[in-house]
Amino acid sequence: MADLSSVKNLLILLVGSSLVSNVVLSQFLGLCPFLGVSKKIKTAAGMGAAVIFVITLASAVAGVVYKFVLVPLDITYLQTIVFILVIAALVQFVEMFLKKAMPALYKALGVYLPLITTNCAVLGVALTNVQKNYGIGTGILNGFATAVGFTIAIVILAGLREKMEYNDVPKPFKGMPVVLLTAGLMAIAFCGFSGLL
Amino acid sequence: MNKIGERLYNGLIKENPTFVLALGMCPTLAVTTSAMNGLGMGLTTTAVLVLSNLIISLLRKVIPNRVRIPAFIVIVASFVTMVQLLLQAYLPSLNESLGVYIPLIVVNCIILGRAESYAYHNKPIASFFDGLGMGLGFAVALTLIGAVRELLGLGTVFGYKVTPAGYVPMNIFVLAPGAFFVLAIITAIQNAIKDKMPEQKKKDSKHPAGCTEDCTKCGQKGCEHRFYDADASTENPNKNEKEDK
Repeated sequence: MADLSSVKNLLILLVGSSLVSNVVLSQFLGLCPFLGVSKKIKTAAGMGAAVIFVITLASAVAGVVYKFVLVPLDITYLQTIVFILVIAALVQFVEMFLKKAMPALYKALGVYLPLITTNCAVLGVALTNVQKNYGIGTGILNGFATAVGFTIAIVILAGLREKMEYNDVPKPFKGMPVVLLTAGLMAIAFCGFSGLL
Repeated sequence: MNKIGERLYNGLIKENPTFVLALGMCPTLAVTTSAMNGLGMGLTTTAVLVLSNLIISLLRKVIPNRVRIPAFIVIVASFVTMVQLLLQAYLPSLNESLGVYIPLIVVNCIILGRAESYAYHNKPIASFFDGLGMGLGFAVALTLIGAVRELLGLGTVFGYKVTPAGYVPMNIFVLAPGAFFVLAIITAIQNAIKDKMPEQKKKDSKHPAGCTEDCTKCGQKGCEHRFYDADASTENPNKNEKEDK
């Protein structure tokens, strides 16, 4: 199976989902944490790690549920309801598991986990996987790449915002507007990646 | 009658979800590539918001406090699914252009926010009009942003050419970066207007994007504003009861 062309396809998927159609900068999913948790590089990286963890897991679980529950029962139209419940339950479960089994990791990611349930990127990835007819494996890879794209974007924005702290921003632009402008410039930069494919 | 008018005014102007509360940013930026898309998304969200507010208000005595959020999500998701099926059947072109953002209405914080802060504590009729006011406020905002982007990016509004022939459209405004720029400018204008207002009216705007600071009422855990306060990210379940109307 793993001949050269399929490896190439997977690479294209990885680069495409993480850089070219970046989840925040071109698809506008997960904007709330992107704008809200990007004040410091450290918290941004923590959020990014938690998002990678949850999205990868959620796309695996959602893929399995879709293929082995929704399709056989012919209730694929219920996907939105089922996915959001699965994701919410999953996050809850991951939180409990980490607390018990891996306290160190829980300490690092714990604060961010509950915030992710309502991050629309998670549900967005699960739905995109179904819409594009990805198999479970490809879906997981797509989820992982998307989340990596999110992490890249949020860490870069946090780095820029740390520098901007010392800049003299016109008063009406203080706070959210200047962050949005920065994000816009980043979006232009990310447009450049479309030449990669 | 008075209450209905007050609710509509509240949603459209006083607490406009987009411009004043800065909620539901994802669809605001994503689908406003044209005025038509903005209007379509706004009205779809309004439909879901009105119906879910009504049902949640009717069930407010039945839903136990502890499981209210999952219950809200199931109700909202059901309506989103219905609306999506209706759009697929009757407005396939709109469904196509809004794509994945239709099912994502489920995680729009405006809807959960209204359920948590209004519908769960108020009578059905008031909740219905609260949803209508908020939804229309959202629709107006999206249409406005969509119109600005369409005008600058394509030289048209609702598909009609309005700019003179010599105008070269700035394509970037219908692309992703344009969304950030337009919203940044609109927020900046709003901040500038707020600065000119008398002290008392500025009270609402402690947070940069004009949030109500009332994170417990917002129901959206992923909201950015929880992070402006040092320890806001820690759960505080009792706060809700205190603030019930």
